[in-house]
Amino acid sequence: MTLDARRVEIPGARPETPDYGAPGVVHARRTQGRTVENGSAEEDWTALLIRVRDRQDRAAFAQLYRHFAPRVKAFLMKGGTGEALAEECVQDVMATLWQKAALFDPARASVATWVFTIARNRRIDALRRARPEPEDLDWGPAGDEPDQAEVYEAAQETKRLGEAIARLPDKQRVLIERAYFGELSHTEIAAETGLPLGTIKSRIRLALERLRQQLG
Amino acid sequence: MTIRHHIPDRLLMAYAAGQLPEAFSLVIATHVSVCDVCRAQLAAYEALGGAVVERTEGIAMRDGSLEALMARLDALPPVSKTVARPRGSLPAPLMDYIGGDLDSVKWRPIGMGVRQALLPTDRSATVRLLHIPAGAPVPDHGHRGLEMTMVLRGAFRDQLDRFGPGDVEVADTELHHTPVAEQGEDCICLAATDAPLRFTGMVPRLAQKFLRI
Repeated sequence: MTLDARRVEIPGARPETPDYGAPGVVHARRTQGRTVENGSAEEDWTALLIRVRDRQDRAAFAQLYRHFAPRVKAFLMKGGTGEALAEECVQDVMATLWQKAALFDPARASVATWVFTIARNRRIDALRRARPEPEDLDWGPAGDEPDQAEVYEAAQETKRLGEAIARLPDKQRVLIERAYFGELSHTEIAAETGLPLGTIKSRIRLALERLRQQLG
Repeated sequence: MTIRHHIPDRLLMAYAAGQLPEAFSLVIATHVSVCDVCRAQLAAYEALGGAVVERTEGIAMRDGSLEALMARLDALPPVSKTVARPRGSLPAPLMDYIGGDLDSVKWRPIGMGVRQALLPTDRSATVRLLHIPAGAPVPDHGHRGLEMTMVLRGAFRDQLDRFGPGDVEVADTELHHTPVAEQGEDCICLAATDAPLRFTGMVPRLAQKFLRI
């Protein structure tokens, strides 16, 4: 899915609702049925990115940077990118996150997934390769409010998948990680992940079906 | 269109990971443009990429990196719209590579009424449009690598099945097949290979080299 092509307005996240970072709609849902580990609430990356989108909130951006920049750097270096180039690419990835925050659709993907796609594309650029993108979908009239349950689900998927990856046998986990780090050629990549990807696929398919119905 | 033949998961995962040659990526991007099943599965594999990044143990950025970027933020204009892509009878990624719609394709005959047009990609694999007259066979050819063929117009059949608009057939070295375009409508396909096709009955080897087929 092309993640950077959607414009979805969230009335609840407009500047006139200035407490988005505080317990708001998304936040309230997040706390339902969620076990808080180590006694500390995890950061709500989606809410932070929406603050960047709506208010060019630099403090929110800095929080996102501190979390994602070192991870993207490691992600690139594990794939063989040298430290200096990795650093440069991370700066570009985070600059893109700032510039394209308006294109992030919290009902489609988590911030981590969006950051991954930006980093992947930057790595392809650095290798002077090309990766044609699918046609964008018109996710509908601006002003449509994304389903808050979907926003919550998308944000939670990364966490659940991460936990599922951690439970995999070492060999399988390493193969998946190496595929995404860019260490495996396409002939070496196997699809059998042993991970619960079906739930994500189902959620996206439902959203696509709704979209197709709206488009008539 | 009713799509019955989809992109295999391992190739969607490779595409999500950014590990496919450009030629195959074009076939996948074209198929995903019209196939919600594969679009959703691709989203799942991208979510997996997000989870891999999230759980990667970070490597500290150099001192001052955040401050350096923060100082540049005001000079980075927000982007609120994606670049408009061409619209026509074909999916946008394919039109990008053709430089227009089907009527812009620069076909070249390769024998037996079959025409082809190579599309410009890096040389790690090749991708072409094939125009096969209704009822005509695409001559038997073997593979030395991976081949992906997506039907754009018409349909073809081979020993395995029928492939109609939107369908993708994936063949590897095991398969020695003889697709035939269905009667009634010429068949137009998008075909990517990571090894030159070896037509066994149609064009001499020398001509293959010359035509890059």
